[in-house]
Amino acid sequence: MVTVCNVSFMAMFTFKMGELVTDKHVKYILSVEKRKDDFESVVMEHLRMNGAYWGLTALDLMGKLDVVDVNEVVSWVMSCQHDSGGFGGNVGHDPHILYTLSAVQVLALFDKMDLIDADKVTNYIVGLQNEDGSFSGDMWGEVDTRFSYIAICCLSIIHRLDKINVEKAVKYIISCKNMDGGFGCTPGGESHAGQIFCCVGALALTGSLDLVNKDLLGWWLCERQVKSGGLNGRPEKLPDVCYSWWVLSSLIMIDRVHWISREKLIKFILDCQDKEKGGISDRPDDAVDVFHTYFGVAGLSLLEYPGLKPIDPAYALPVDVVNRIFFKK
Amino acid sequence: MKNSGWKWVLSKGHSSIDKELRLLDAFQKADPRNFHAWNYRRFVAALMKRPDEDELKYTEEVIGANFSNYSAWHNRSILLSNLLKRKAEGYFPKENVLEGEFELVHNAIFTDPDDQSGWFYHLWLIDQTVKIDAPLLVSSWPSHGFNITLQGNKCLHGSGLCVLNSTLPNTGTLPIILYFNQAVEGVNSSTVNVKSELLSGDLVWKPLSTNNSNNAQVWVAYLDIRNLEVQLSKTYVVEISLGHSKGIVSSSGYDYGHPSRVTFELCIQTAYTEPVEQQEGKSNSWKDDDFQKFDHLQESDPICSADQVTSEIDHIPTTSGRCEEAVVNEINQFRDLLSEIDCKIGKLTLARLLTAVDSLPSPRANNMVNTEEILQLYDDLMRLDPTHYLYYKDEHSLVLLRQITSSRDSILPYCHYKKTAIEAFAGYVCLRLQNLSLSRMGSIENLLWVQTLDLSHNQLRSIEGLEAMQLLSCLNLSHNKLGSFTALGPLRLLKSLKVLNISYNEIGSHSIDTRRYLCSSPLSHTEEFAWDQFEIFADSIGISAATFWEPFLIFQSLNLTELDTKGNPVADENFRSFLVKVLPTLKWLDEEDLS
Repeated sequence: MVTVCNVSFMAMFTFKMGELVTDKHVKYILSVEKRKDDFESVVMEHLRMNGAYWGLTALDLMGKLDVVDVNEVVSWVMSCQHDSGGFGGNVGHDPHILYTLSAVQVLALFDKMDLIDADKVTNYIVGLQNEDGSFSGDMWGEVDTRFSYIAICCLSIIHRLDKINVEKAVKYIISCKNMDGGFGCTPGGESHAGQIFCCVGALALTGSLDLVNKDLLGWWLCERQVKSGGLNGRPEKLPDVCYSWWVLSSLIMIDRVHWISREKLIKFILDCQDKEKGGISDRPDDAVDVFHTYFGVAGLSLLEYPGLKPIDPAYALPVDVVNRIFFKK
Repeated sequence: MKNSGWKWVLSKGHSSIDKELRLLDAFQKADPRNFHAWNYRRFVAALMKRPDEDELKYTEEVIGANFSNYSAWHNRSILLSNLLKRKAEGYFPKENVLEGEFELVHNAIFTDPDDQSGWFYHLWLIDQTVKIDAPLLVSSWPSHGFNITLQGNKCLHGSGLCVLNSTLPNTGTLPIILYFNQAVEGVNSSTVNVKSELLSGDLVWKPLSTNNSNNAQVWVAYLDIRNLEVQLSKTYVVEISLGHSKGIVSSSGYDYGHPSRVTFELCIQTAYTEPVEQQEGKSNSWKDDDFQKFDHLQESDPICSADQVTSEIDHIPTTSGRCEEAVVNEINQFRDLLSEIDCKIGKLTLARLLTAVDSLPSPRANNMVNTEEILQLYDDLMRLDPTHYLYYKDEHSLVLLRQITSSRDSILPYCHYKKTAIEAFAGYVCLRLQNLSLSRMGSIENLLWVQTLDLSHNQLRSIEGLEAMQLLSCLNLSHNKLGSFTALGPLRLLKSLKVLNISYNEIGSHSIDTRRYLCSSPLSHTEEFAWDQFEIFADSIGISAATFWEPFLIFQSLNLTELDTKGNPVADENFRSFLVKVLPTLKWLDEEDLS
């Protein structure tokens, strides 16, 4: 929808809350994308597909997706797909549901949905649903509600949600609901903001948010905001910028985001920037990485920080990309 | 440890489980909040069939060593739930168990009130103490004991006149609304028995769910009186029975509680006729000057409040005296705490406890004794903890509405009638709730009777729950904080709504929509939407499909005669012409006569 945003409003934001050094962050993300041989890149090699999603979505939110070579990225993504339909974290790496979602999301960002063999990807994901409705991450069987979200999100994007047993999937997620209204990774697992995002997101995409106790969960989530204005992931833990996404998007999906102080959170995220070299870190004065850069920018988008494209809290993609996915069905 | 490979090894007996548990103990001592360790512990305990009681003892040891261990409290809640549910030996009755748990968690909270570890466990204990698992009927419309007279297409309530503005004249149907204490499914003509000479066939019950779920807290059926072969001036009894056969079930699997009956009477003086097209001279006015307060309420006035009898119950449920005792004991504990430390969790918990006491089913005449103190506590919290200001404000609004709707005396000041009413309607009521700083709606179970509602000049961000108000025909939401079209989602279920004022809200000023997934839409697979067709329609009237599909979804299901949207950033000429196209029944737009 229309964003009312005039010059004086922007000036007030930057004066009161600090500035988002967009250009520095764009430079930082591009530099990470280019590096392949330093220690950090080698260690992160297996999850390069996730890294691509984080970096490219952040660029798109800042309106700078066009600085990337579409064809280079897209052909690399496609080269990570296996015969099973699943995608690996990098060329030659085994397929996993985690990277399959990131791959599909990256293709959606570039409006290259027609490159996806929807049936193939669907078969891979359907094969990962278990009898009790849960999802495994790959053929080795680890079960986690994160994978439920990934399956539901991925299939929704390629318009194949009806191919899994949605009712059982929802039932399994609800079996992971805790006394505090939150969700864990498996039944009985402690509530954690990351898992809560996955469960609430999955329930949102399947129209099942009526099964969430929004007031109870909303209170637990809003109490993640600590004195510094940042958000932690569970009680008595340190704040971290990544929770600006997981806690925040959960609050937005259940319409309780007004229960935290937006101004304080914006200030916290902006304080986590490296204003010299670009990038955002987990908390002020720590080392930056592309993971936290994405979550910081995505969080600011959810907080309606001026100059950023709005992001959809459930699909974790820019709203215009989600609209395009559905309009171009 | 999370490696499913090792779990496989262990489960095949290829390693000692006891040794595994001892290793875990050591690991958890070093890292007591590691949730992988707790998950693995749960796996190992299940494998060795370790009793829940033993695991419960373990959590007690961990908490004893350091109460600041949320993971231990969480695990305790899981284990205790299981033990309570299966009424294990030593864990029944639950009141005994909960008493001990309250004592345990007091240590945590009172030692360091700023440490959150015990807060959520304590809230869970309160819930375990006061909750009623079984779904029950909380209110209905028509209410138990009502009598309704129908004169042509007017509906007269009691001996006064109560015109059902839209439903009856336009559709010839009377809604029957059932409001439960929680969401249920399985409400249908087999589980809800409606006996009356007026009925020719089964009623069709519909869940009032904003995301098209078959699970809802409020259900409605429509009694069709158009083609009835009725004896005029005869009083017909309608008897609704619930819970006599199984089928109504909550989402946690509990069956409807006690069999109950709601009975009302219907008398038809003159037969129903199709309404004549009314020539409205001017649009609906909401101005103060046009309204007059009621100075007293008559028996016959169609106003309901919380203190009325909901239904006839075959078997009165035993109210637990121990439950009230436990809550009162907690109240005293927290008053003691607050006398020593002025702390947030103290005030918040006290407010919640006092609210719980006020909500307990009780034969006491006045249930709302604690309202003033509760409101003051939330005011204090807004000052003490400004970060969460709007959380306390929402709670404040809920308490205020509960108090206003609690009795006929408390709701009287808000009941008005139109001075210039065409006929001398003694019973034509407009409920005016403006300027109350309401940030949230509540107590809707007490507002089912309302046909005209003024909620203007508040701070409403959503109208969650309003879908239950099936009689609503005129609604004023101007000067609030509604930030998106999806916030209007509940209105789609209001068949009777004719006059709507949403002027001076914030629709169009937010880039992020917080109601999107709480409203049925194609994005959440709860609605079919012909994207291609809509794109063609949008092109034909020169608007952007991506921008207008949401308002299209909302407005195309409304049958408004009057709409006011000015003062919203989105309300420009394009939007106005879009509205005129999408609402063919519209006669007035932004106070302009369209004819």
